[in-house]
Amino acid sequence: MNSAITTENLTKQFGDFTAVDRISFEVAKGEIFGFLGANGAGKTTAMRMLCGLLSPTSGKGTVAGFDIYKQSDNIKRNIGYMSQKFSLYEDLSVAENMRLFGGIYGMNSKAIASKTDESLRELELTNDRNTRVKSLPSGIKQKVSFAVSIFHTPEIVFLDEPTGGVDPIARRKFWEMIYHAAEKGITVFVTTHYMDEAEYCNRVSIMVDGKIDALDSPEKLKNTFMASSMDEVFQSLARKAKNS
Amino acid sequence: MKQLKYLLQKEFLQIRRDKTIFKMIIALPVIQLLILPWAATFEQHNISLGVVNNDRGTYSRRLIEKVVSSGYFKLTGYFTSYEQALKAIETDEADLLLEIPGHFEDNFVRQQQTDVMLSVNAVNGQKAGLGASYLGQIIADFNRDVILQQGIQLDLVNLINVMPYFKYNTEMNYRNFMVPGILVMLLTLIGLVLSSMNIVKEKEIGTIEQINVTPVSKFTFILAKLIPFIIIGLVLLTIGLFIARLVYGIFPVGNILLIYLFALFYLSAFLGAGLVISTYSNTQQQAMFVAVFFMIIFLLLSGLFTPVSSMPEWAQTITIFNPIRYFVEVIRLIFMKGSRLMDILPQLGAIIGFALFFNTWAIMNYKKTS
Repeated sequence: MNSAITTENLTKQFGDFTAVDRISFEVAKGEIFGFLGANGAGKTTAMRMLCGLLSPTSGKGTVAGFDIYKQSDNIKRNIGYMSQKFSLYEDLSVAENMRLFGGIYGMNSKAIASKTDESLRELELTNDRNTRVKSLPSGIKQKVSFAVSIFHTPEIVFLDEPTGGVDPIARRKFWEMIYHAAEKGITVFVTTHYMDEAEYCNRVSIMVDGKIDALDSPEKLKNTFMASSMDEVFQSLARKAKNS
Repeated sequence: MKQLKYLLQKEFLQIRRDKTIFKMIIALPVIQLLILPWAATFEQHNISLGVVNNDRGTYSRRLIEKVVSSGYFKLTGYFTSYEQALKAIETDEADLLLEIPGHFEDNFVRQQQTDVMLSVNAVNGQKAGLGASYLGQIIADFNRDVILQQGIQLDLVNLINVMPYFKYNTEMNYRNFMVPGILVMLLTLIGLVLSSMNIVKEKEIGTIEQINVTPVSKFTFILAKLIPFIIIGLVLLTIGLFIARLVYGIFPVGNILLIYLFALFYLSAFLGAGLVISTYSNTQQQAMFVAVFFMIIFLLLSGLFTPVSSMPEWAQTITIFNPIRYFVEVIRLIFMKGSRLMDILPQLGAIIGFALFFNTWAIMNYKKTS
């Protein structure tokens, strides 16, 4: 079993509206997989199905080798998730958030203590250990949120537009953290609509109107579409979209 | 279950850091218990009484004196005619009119029979009813006094004098049963309002999603919400019991631990109900509205302010499904009558049923996957 994620004709309908339309793809272990698409293309819906937050209408899927219909608790034990909307507890400190989520994922207090030190060092937030999350600037908040999502060293981490609203320098730093996580063997599944970020991924898929229209490494996609950048690739695909 | 420890830690930190809630938790029992028992009394004093005295004899003056000295009435004035007195009622100067007819004394002494007339302003029904019945009692009493003084021979029927003995609350002190009732109200408020706001708040700020994507079980999550509020509720109950003792000198005749036992399940029931509301609502506003709606209905149908037995039959049927009713009953029984566990088993059974019902509902309706 070398795939971190597999899907086959995975579909989600809300009434008459098909948000995700028979998507099939595989993500290899250790890969940084970019999940691209315009707003409303169905990225978040697809991701929420994989994380067990939303039940699919039809199709198949596995995450970390577990079935998304029957084994969602097993999946949840093995993944990390960072939502589009900042969702740590703002009235708790950085370290308290880490302790909470570490504890929920079954880490013991010793492991939590050493991992907290390590994470704070990586985040360069050693002095802000006891700062309430709400008083941190938004770029830092997002980094803390990512650190919490991989705190329990999951097999796969799902990042939903992790760099939304963050300045270019902070975004750059954020991607360094993503690379660092990938080096440790964590598979990264990331949605974004910043096309420069797509270039950092091993492979990307581009979703248009609930369907995956292209899936390959950024290099090959640029060759296929005879484009000089991912942005051009995206433009030529997104132009025909109806939903966005 | 190890997860529970971390979740509880989080809940307690959050409650401690929410300054408004923390202050309310302290202020609520103190303010409710210091103010409400004085205000929520069924006794009536200072009922304004207008008198039309067409007689002017000694008996009529003695009657009026007796009425005024009872302490329930405040004499607003003497009027020369009934019409004039009626104006006083229209302008709200008088609640009650006592008209003594001419020849009152004559009729009373010679024919041993006479009438007086009461007119009552019934806009405030409770005041009117009580005023009329107080006045009726005083007049009957006066009647008996006069008859005894005159040494008139009476048949036995007229001699029967009802002397009620108010068992378990000998002085008929309203505070003795209002204070325990207010303790119930307090726990209800904390239980329903705090818990109904809780999960929905996590929905609003989005943190619930971060929890839903973890392997935490629904049972553990709900339990972690329940336990802190149960502890807060029991602390409040303790503060309330202290105030009842210190300020009103009221202390349960029965076993105080029985009150805690009942309160434990009562809180679980209302916290469960609050969590149910929370799982159905999308905003704190919705949750608050629904919680207040149910609380007002349940409080009015609980027997706290008006006895359940005086409600129409259909309303009495509704109270069977009202958890507040059982605690109001039980806390009064324990406070005043000293009832034991065996005596309150039916109510305890009912409240455990409610607790299981609402919490199961809350767990079922809290969906980690939509």
